[in-house]
Amino acid sequence: MRCGDFRQTYVQDMAIFESAFGRRVYLLFLASLAFVPAFASGFWMDVANRVLIAIIAATGLNILTGFTGQISLGNAAFLAVGAYATGYLAGPMGLPFLVVIPAAGVLTALVGMVFGVPSLRLKGLYLAVATLAAHFVIEFVVTHWESVTGGVNGMSVPAASLGGLSFKGDRTLYYLVLPLTVAMLLFAKNLFRTKVGKAFVAIRDQDISAEVMGVHVFKYKLLSFGVSSFYVGVAGALLAYQARTISPESFPITLAIDFLGMIIIGGMGSILGSIFGAIFITLLPELLRLAVTPLASHFPELTTLFASLKMGVFGLAIVLFLVFEPDGMAARWHSIKAYWKLYPFSY
Amino acid sequence: MEFFLQLVLSGLVVGSIYALVGLGFVIIYKSSSILNFAQGEFLMLGAYVCVAIFNATKVPFLAAFLLTLVFSALLGVTLERVLLRPMIGEPVISVIMLTLGLASVLKAVVQGIWGTDTQPYPEIFPTTPVRIGPLPVSQGYLYSVGSVLVLLALFSVFFKYSRAGIAMRATAFSQQVALSMGISVKRIFALSWSIAAVVSAVGGVLLGGVRGGVDGAFALFGLKVIPVVILGGLDSVAGAIVGGVIMGVLENLAGGYLDPLLGGGVKEVAPFVALVAILAVRPYGLFGKIKIERV
Repeated sequence: MRCGDFRQTYVQDMAIFESAFGRRVYLLFLASLAFVPAFASGFWMDVANRVLIAIIAATGLNILTGFTGQISLGNAAFLAVGAYATGYLAGPMGLPFLVVIPAAGVLTALVGMVFGVPSLRLKGLYLAVATLAAHFVIEFVVTHWESVTGGVNGMSVPAASLGGLSFKGDRTLYYLVLPLTVAMLLFAKNLFRTKVGKAFVAIRDQDISAEVMGVHVFKYKLLSFGVSSFYVGVAGALLAYQARTISPESFPITLAIDFLGMIIIGGMGSILGSIFGAIFITLLPELLRLAVTPLASHFPELTTLFASLKMGVFGLAIVLFLVFEPDGMAARWHSIKAYWKLYPFSY
Repeated sequence: MEFFLQLVLSGLVVGSIYALVGLGFVIIYKSSSILNFAQGEFLMLGAYVCVAIFNATKVPFLAAFLLTLVFSALLGVTLERVLLRPMIGEPVISVIMLTLGLASVLKAVVQGIWGTDTQPYPEIFPTTPVRIGPLPVSQGYLYSVGSVLVLLALFSVFFKYSRAGIAMRATAFSQQVALSMGISVKRIFALSWSIAAVVSAVGGVLLGGVRGGVDGAFALFGLKVIPVVILGGLDSVAGAIVGGVIMGVLENLAGGYLDPLLGGGVKEVAPFVALVAILAVRPYGLFGKIKIERV
């Protein structure tokens, strides 16, 4: 009897799914996701789209921070770049989404690579500080470049469309967001089975050893910034298509902290972790609202306190996870799976 | 010319508060290599607690102020003991996220108790302005700059001559050496967090007195101080002071002269543009130790 998770061949080690049964379960789960709009209310469709978009952005950030070890506090600004690029390309230029979404991603990737250049000389704390500066600089540009961004008033974004096809409303947009999320997750998962992904991980674990082993550190760091920002840019594009109006206030520094919270709580350096973290952080305020609403009739002050309650629970979740489960929900998931695999003889 | 002097003067006042908060940053960074993103929340909390004690107990303002300092010191020790100690040896990103999470909790607590409206401050400084040369200067400004100078002098003496101060410098120099000399490094960490909380609370109360009230925007000082400490050098007390004054003046001048050209908001972004330039040219700052690992 197998008494553990042993991999005997490279093929087993590289496999995305551990067993054919696991793959079938995943496929079945994905297929069932396609039927969500048939049952869910408008509110939950909005939440579902936001969760999926957050998954794309968190995966992007995890590629940079979790897998390559480069801390970035600038991802809210990169999200803004993707969203504004979408607003401009889809609005005044009137391009279809098939062009707009990749273009927004590529543009954000370029901006991200520009701000990734400091990683040539800086690491750790100093890189975090440099990306923080990037956030404020981009925010300033977005607020003041009025001819393109509409300044503080923001801009409105037309619905995603291609020819006669138009994704208006959350229920139809879901069918654009879901396949895109799945595709991007698969790409990320596969990225870390390739030379490029392994180079990222090598840089995270020990940059000097990586250099000695022949990894061009600067090139791969910049590439990591590019790939990560591409993901965040695509998330920004979808966010713009979903929200339909964007303004500088949509992308505060706290949003960047939210994304970092997602990968910390979900698990750094794990694709599954980005999914868990994005779901957790996006659902947290919604579930909190559901819990508070029935109490509000007895304690009317709860509704006024809700904003601070949300903030406090978010901070507390991050702090508690860091103190008690630093490897995040993905690690907990794996240990639960291992427990059941060996049940009742686990030790 | 008068416009210029006015800008420099208000820059000096804000800069002196930056210097205080920066001092807290540097003390924590020196002893434990943690960049504390919750420093601005310490400042905000101190300002709120002081005015709350004053309103609730009707004691003289000075007594309320001293009680606030005691509260801040206890807060610093508690946070270090409960949250920061499990983080020793964890990666940088975890520690950064911990202080960010802490900041979020503290902000929530303040908002939950006092709401989002501005809490008015009692008039703690005389209101009649004093004339320095051609400029009328409000006395609050003078008091705040003066008390900052006194505090900084006190801290310099503390680090140079007192037993605890010398132990802190030894810990900053090398934790292993400090341990072998019989210094309790854990106690030094707790001490540095309480000092950081206390100096930030002083900054918060001074700022509340100068502005006549306290609100949630005080927490932004924590982010604004990051360019200050990078400019001064993350591990230099003198650097925090010089950096604070320079940044305060710089942002006021940039705001005063460039705002009409660029359409507002320059004051907020100027320190961060300067930050990028500093990181590119001299990442260890003006007075920092040159030991930054290059990649």
